[in-house]
Amino acid sequence: MADYIWLIPFFPALGFIINSSIGSRTSKTFVSWVACLAIFLSFLTAVGVFWEFLQLPATARIFEREIYNWIASGELSVNIGFRLDALSVIMCLVVTGVGFLIHVYSVGYMHGDPGYRRFFIYLNLFVFMMLLLVTGNNLLLMFVGWEGVGLCSYLLIGFWYEKDSASDAGKKAFIVNRVGDFGFLIGIFFLFLSLGAQGVWTLNFGEIGRNAHLLSGGAATVITLLFFLGAIGKSAQIPLYVWLPDAMEGPTPVSSLIHAATMVTAGVYMIARLNFLYSMAPDTMLVVAVIGVLTAFFAASIGFAQYDIKKILAYSTISQLGFMFIAVGVGAYAAGIFHLMTHAFFKGLLFLGAGSVMHAMSGELDIRNMGGLRKKTPITYWTFFIACLAIAGIPGFSGFFSKDEILWKAFSSSQGHMLIWLLAAVTAGMTAFYMFRLFFGTFHGECRASEEVKHHIHESPRVMTIPLMILAFLSLVGGYVGIPHLLGGENSIEKFLAPVFGPEIPVKAALNFDIVSAAWASGGVAGHDGSLELALMVASVLIALLGITIAYVFYVKNPGLPGRFAARCSGLYHVVHNKYFVDELYDLLFVRGTLKAGDFLLRVMDDWIIEGLVNGTADWVKRAGGRLRKVETGYVQEYAFGIIVGAIIVVGYLIVMPMF
Amino acid sequence: MNQTFPILSAVIFLPLAGALLLMMLPRQKALFIKVSALIWTLLEFALSLPLFFNFDEKTPGMQFVERREWFPEWGISYLLGIDGISMLLVMLTTFLTVLCVLCSWRGIEEKIKEYYVTFLLLETAMIGALCALDLVLFYFFWEIMLVPMYLLIGVWGGPRRIYAAVKFFLFTMAGSVLMLLAIMALYFHYGGETGIYTFNVFELYKADIPVLKQYWLFAAFALSFAIKVPMFPFHTWLPDAHTEAPTAGSVILAGVLLKMGVYGFLRFAIPLFPAAVVAATPLISWLAIIGIIYGAVMCIMQTDLKRLIAYSSVSHLGYVMLGIFALNMQGLEGGIYQMLNHGISTGGLFLVVGMIYERRHTRMIADFGGLSKVMPRLAAFFMIITLSSIALPGTNGFVGEFLILLGVFRSNMLYGVLAATGVILGAVYMLWMFQRVMFGQIKKEENKRLLDLTKREAAILCAIVVFVFLMGLYPRAFLKKIDATAAGYLNDVQVKTAVYASAGNVPVKQSEAK
Repeated sequence: MADYIWLIPFFPALGFIINSSIGSRTSKTFVSWVACLAIFLSFLTAVGVFWEFLQLPATARIFEREIYNWIASGELSVNIGFRLDALSVIMCLVVTGVGFLIHVYSVGYMHGDPGYRRFFIYLNLFVFMMLLLVTGNNLLLMFVGWEGVGLCSYLLIGFWYEKDSASDAGKKAFIVNRVGDFGFLIGIFFLFLSLGAQGVWTLNFGEIGRNAHLLSGGAATVITLLFFLGAIGKSAQIPLYVWLPDAMEGPTPVSSLIHAATMVTAGVYMIARLNFLYSMAPDTMLVVAVIGVLTAFFAASIGFAQYDIKKILAYSTISQLGFMFIAVGVGAYAAGIFHLMTHAFFKGLLFLGAGSVMHAMSGELDIRNMGGLRKKTPITYWTFFIACLAIAGIPGFSGFFSKDEILWKAFSSSQGHMLIWLLAAVTAGMTAFYMFRLFFGTFHGECRASEEVKHHIHESPRVMTIPLMILAFLSLVGGYVGIPHLLGGENSIEKFLAPVFGPEIPVKAALNFDIVSAAWASGGVAGHDGSLELALMVASVLIALLGITIAYVFYVKNPGLPGRFAARCSGLYHVVHNKYFVDELYDLLFVRGTLKAGDFLLRVMDDWIIEGLVNGTADWVKRAGGRLRKVETGYVQEYAFGIIVGAIIVVGYLIVMPMF
Repeated sequence: MNQTFPILSAVIFLPLAGALLLMMLPRQKALFIKVSALIWTLLEFALSLPLFFNFDEKTPGMQFVERREWFPEWGISYLLGIDGISMLLVMLTTFLTVLCVLCSWRGIEEKIKEYYVTFLLLETAMIGALCALDLVLFYFFWEIMLVPMYLLIGVWGGPRRIYAAVKFFLFTMAGSVLMLLAIMALYFHYGGETGIYTFNVFELYKADIPVLKQYWLFAAFALSFAIKVPMFPFHTWLPDAHTEAPTAGSVILAGVLLKMGVYGFLRFAIPLFPAAVVAATPLISWLAIIGIIYGAVMCIMQTDLKRLIAYSSVSHLGYVMLGIFALNMQGLEGGIYQMLNHGISTGGLFLVVGMIYERRHTRMIADFGGLSKVMPRLAAFFMIITLSSIALPGTNGFVGEFLILLGVFRSNMLYGVLAATGVILGAVYMLWMFQRVMFGQIKKEENKRLLDLTKREAAILCAIVVFVFLMGLYPRAFLKKIDATAAGYLNDVQVKTAVYASAGNVPVKQSEAK
């Protein structure tokens, strides 16, 4: 297989080329077959590589192939080349696997759209760029994929470009991401030149990894912080998360594939890929973990007071990405990638489920106008339910294993901290609450839609429900690749990833039991490691159940309660509902600020100072020229100016010359 | 092509011959004139291809050199030659001129014969200036170049064409006069020092000029070239010239003429006056950085498409200058590459705007909106060229911008970081422009029935887009032609500047000079 790894990104590229060149002369069926088949073939190739990896000893699981020399200038030489190892093969499987299901789903979802062909062209292009991002064997190629997925995100968010809100959202996504990319780019320069100063000129991941020890701790900190800025943009963390909720303007399969399952996790992947640099920079790791946990908490709190089904899911995605950053921030890279994978299953499913709901509800997005869909859309209901249980972290579902792994590592890792764990655990409870608020509001109770909409409610066609069921299955069992030792498993995914992530970050020498015992250890379980881990696990499950129970009380038992609650603390509610006014603040600071500055510069600098000087000189010359004309008529004024200027300079020059 | 065939002369004067031929054609036969002009520029492009393919990429020095005595008593010779820098610019010129003829097909309806004659003359002057290695010969072509451009704007331009043409002429003329004086001063200095009176650049490179005098001469050359680039704050002629020029005029102005300023720095100002380069690098770098950011902010404010693209040129050329003055391999190669990219992508943008203008006779952004709906093919091309302009990886713009920023960052971290903010601003103004023109609902009745691209227009934009991707995906094909020249060039410059830089205290040399 090693010689064929380039096929993984190649197939989607081929699909893109076929559909964009001859697609307009063919049928919709042809277009969708090409698009889906391209992703499927790519998936099969990834499976083949994965299979071969399993036969090989852990250390031999790296396939690397260079295709051609792309850019070379002086010491810089960058190849187009691909690298598959344990990490990238998992990413490939997730991207092509989930990607394929979402492609199939889109065949049904986008059926009546006039931009059908364009949609699949963009979608194939996206998968190509995403695969380039994860399989590129050097930083610059990763950056190509990085900006490439950003482009596709821009194109797909603004897919319905006639809507101003859609094209605004696309533009916002691109520009906010560029702020992050700016950091990424400078990070590349810094890394390249720092290693270069040690005599190693390379951007190849393998070579960087082998020579990372040459870097000073300070350089590693600066480099990793710059890269993290890129991750903040792409993975929508504080303060650059603002584009992701707006990105929901795109078609729902796009939200599912790009803005939940794959692209937005690129930042997590990048940190995992560069784990050897991050492990050298504990300060950066702390920043990553803190930003992660703050984002997780902050976004979850906004999720409390939203009514748009996709917006709630968007804030939930931001929050879950925060969890992944906690993981990589405390050195638990494998746990981060594990959660990335399970999240791709259940969040991809949630978005597709939301799409199915919109399909049933004639495009309705507001959960206040939903309710009671359980009977009419049973498949959507049950699959959505499974996804909600998974994200809430109910034992047995995929999200439980991955989230619990993160919580445990946040607590126990030498890079972790009690407070990070505490805030994350609270956030987990909040997640359970707002997800079930959404779930109950949509599927339970009375249907609050208009009669006309009600009349049309129907389950989605097979082409949409089958992907839902497959993803539900994965959300259910996806966690079993990472059953912790504590529960008798062997955490296979961590074991599989171990060759990439090197030695595990050690557990804290002395776990801080004092606070724990006060809070949780009343049962006296704070004895040895295992029992503490179990205690924390039980605690997080209890928190999740509590969240679900409150949601049940609020939205099923006693539906009047939330309204009274909101009225009681209307000030807080107002602030949260309006997303803490962060968008308004950014608008004031950056958008209007730039426009004001631009307006000032245009009027004062260009039109007044520079043009004033120029025209002033011209006027002066004109007057001088006028006098000149009296002496000798027939001069063309323009030429006169040249000659006059020349004359002045000659005289000036003759005066200056003797100085030499 | 063997050594004896004077290929550079042929490439320079073939368009002139074409111009003479066109003059003899009857003016009523418009189509015949157009087709002849097209065939002639295609021939010219074909003739220039051997320059690319037979170019020896291992040689740092001049190739295809031709030398004839011209006025031996004054040391003026007809000396031609190209290296990796000028060869690619010559190729860009012959390539863009073909597209310019094609894109004028319907836009130019008056004085057709004169128009194409002017264009061919312009081509001769541009290529001549790029190949000339004798200062007088260079200056001759450099000045000749002004006249056809002045006419293109002044005769075939928009409503304020006279104002724009005069402004263009005066700005560049002011610089040229200074340069002429500096050339004379250099000539007399070298002659007085060595007894050899010559305008041969390679001879003059050897001159040992006192530091203070270098400053003055460099200032004169630099001012002339900086106006042409144009660098902030000498840029205000450019938006007017671009807006009023016909489409092809804008394409060639942005694509080639602006590069003449950068080329002038590369060929003359930098190697001739190394001490001044050392001293002036911070000033020029700061002006370039201001140009990058200022140009981008100006773009955000523009309401006229062509003015917007004009200001984007100020920003892009800021990158080019900054890269070159980083004086390292990545910066220099990136700068040269970015000149080519800018010719392709900004040329492409002007072509697209021209196509829209021919349909709507307006360039105001507010008059558009929702054009994607009626012109999907134009929208696709426009999008690709826009992305190339904002340096999306995979397109040509990325390669140049990446190399420049890497080089700049390497020579001065602060410059690198400041310049990189242009990456963000570039996306802001281009995407906003694109959104306002192409996205949203069609609000104006006139826009509802616009025709999509014709075959001719699609062919033009295809040619641009092919290069966008070719240069983005396989830049080695072009960069390797620059490698040897750039390495040799930097070596020379570093040896020369080291004398002044390592001394640390330039004033010492200066006092010696007195």
